Amino acid sequence: MLNLLLSRLATAIPSIVGVVVVTFMLTRLLPGDPAAYFAGLAASPQAIAEIRTKLGLDKSLPEQFVAYVGDLVQGNLGNSLSTGQPVVTEIATRLPASAELTLFALIVAVAIAIPLGVLAAVKQGTWVDHLCRIVTTAGVSLPVFFTGLLLAYVFYYLLQWAPAPTGRLDIFLSPPPDITGFYLIDSMLSGNLETFWSALRQLALPAISMAIFSLAPLARMTRGSMLAVLGSDFIRTARASGLSPRTVVFTYAFRNAVLPVITTLGMVFSFLLGANVLVETVFAWPGIGLYAVNALITSDYAPVQGFVLTMAVLYVTLNLTIDFVYGLVDPRVRLES
Amino acid sequence: MTAIPALAVEDLSVEFRTRSGVVKVLEHVGFSVDKGETVALVGESGSGKSVTAFAVMGILDAAGKVTSGRAMFGGSDLLALSERDLAEQRGRELSMIFQNPRTALNPIRRVGRQIADVLVRHGGATRNDAPRAAIEMLKKVRIPDPERRAEAYPFELSGGMCQRIMIAIALACRPALLIADEPTTGLDVTTQAVIMDLIGELAGESGMATIFITHDLALAAEYCDRIVVMHAGHIVEAAPGRALFDHARHPYSAKLLAATPGETVSLDALASIPGGLPDLRRPDLPPCRYSGRCERRSEACDQPLPQRTVGEHHVVACWNPL
Repeated sequence: MLNLLLSRLATAIPSIVGVVVVTFMLTRLLPGDPAAYFAGLAASPQAIAEIRTKLGLDKSLPEQFVAYVGDLVQGNLGNSLSTGQPVVTEIATRLPASAELTLFALIVAVAIAIPLGVLAAVKQGTWVDHLCRIVTTAGVSLPVFFTGLLLAYVFYYLLQWAPAPTGRLDIFLSPPPDITGFYLIDSMLSGNLETFWSALRQLALPAISMAIFSLAPLARMTRGSMLAVLGSDFIRTARASGLSPRTVVFTYAFRNAVLPVITTLGMVFSFLLGANVLVETVFAWPGIGLYAVNALITSDYAPVQGFVLTMAVLYVTLNLTIDFVYGLVDPRVRLES
Repeated sequence: MTAIPALAVEDLSVEFRTRSGVVKVLEHVGFSVDKGETVALVGESGSGKSVTAFAVMGILDAAGKVTSGRAMFGGSDLLALSERDLAEQRGRELSMIFQNPRTALNPIRRVGRQIADVLVRHGGATRNDAPRAAIEMLKKVRIPDPERRAEAYPFELSGGMCQRIMIAIALACRPALLIADEPTTGLDVTTQAVIMDLIGELAGESGMATIFITHDLALAAEYCDRIVVMHAGHIVEAAPGRALFDHARHPYSAKLLAATPGETVSLDALASIPGGLPDLRRPDLPPCRYSGRCERRSEACDQPLPQRTVGEHHVVACWNPL
């Protein structure tokens, strides 16, 4: 098991190196001159050249790259040009917001999709199955920003059940003490129910828009995988041995069917990291997606690089976790290592 | 000796509803197995051997439906039992082993636990005793180093070893009837013999009745007391093994025998049976489903099939038997 993890970790290193190179190139090759942008419209050519020298943009690309990698090694992602803050601290404060949103959405999606998929497979052709089909079709056909806007329109504007889509907390409340960075957990830990409730209400709409989007592939995969497993020989054996329906469906069928679902979960999670950017923009959620969008618009290299790097590291960690969980469930994977 | 039937199947008919119509997979199938007796169900692929077994076990696909018949077992009709009551019986009173043992076992559960699951389910052992009882079963099916093998996953074991595990699962609760559905298909010939001997021996010890499903007449003759020949969902002939080999009365049985390699038959003399199974979806199926392939067909064959007793325990469903 440990070998498996280490070997996967080793294969992750080239991807990280690749990402470092690509982020560097990408931001340099993008159109737009940050020096000109920061000097302002009225700046003289001398002022622009001065800023360019200050930023190190006048050096050759290899020189810039060496400087970039050197900073990276020291954990320095540079400073944001627009705020002047170090990118590392900005990402560190914003990442928990995105993580809380994504994880909460994923938990909601899993909690609905897996039982729905299992039921649809066990009771194939009944109303549960049809419901599953409708939900999955709707889920894949609605783009996540549209669902977000629709939900905000209906539940905030029309019904006024949800609070204004303006961030993580009601503006009159102060954030809970920073323990995990997750407001839901931190407010519970500090026993502040009012903050918890407010954070939950703020979280509900963006999380649901993301959950609807990720529910579809999960439910579909669960249903398909369960159907395949339920039709397999060993389920017939289990039934022929008189095992109770509960044992057959959960202990025998589901544990086998969950393997492709875990893979899908990994994919859905990475989709969600991307969808974050849209949802955070719609709901003014102070996460790293919104941060990256703003940085892109202003040609602010450092935050964009920091964002892409953070995402890459997240993807790699995610894939490692998936491999690990897969190994826990399937003994055949353990053997391969 | 008066034989007591362990299982008596009477007038069993099964239909499958498919998109292209209703398939009459079994029609008026009847046979019985006595305690301690081994009966072979033989026939080519698609003749309804496995469906008969699945119907008796109550594990037909959702598309399959029993339209008539009884399967008397231990004083009750298996076909009339509720799913819950039948599940109580399955694995305890009647068990089944399947072909392809490698896929018939749960791939991600240790084999010892799979045996233990059945024991716990049917009260053969408590949850605490089950692992030890499972190892006992592994010993019984002669798996070397059973303590270690109990911890193995199916993919770590050979096909023959997996089939022994299957047998251990099936016999864990000492059933009165075992249905073995082509248990040696996919195993090499020496393993085949070992597995067949093992089943025969364990059945003999406990007076268990065995139904052995195969397309291999030679294997059936070697291990079974009686042979029931099926063709396209009908039983065409039932006879003691020796009697069938000496003098098969149904034209189909005779053709099957001619297609079976034996000591006296040279490879050149092996004959394939002309024609194929009739399309069982046809509404105008002839009474004798073999008549389309039969060389002895006559006008009489258009009448409902007879059940002619032509010898001791020897019944043939044919108007023009050999």
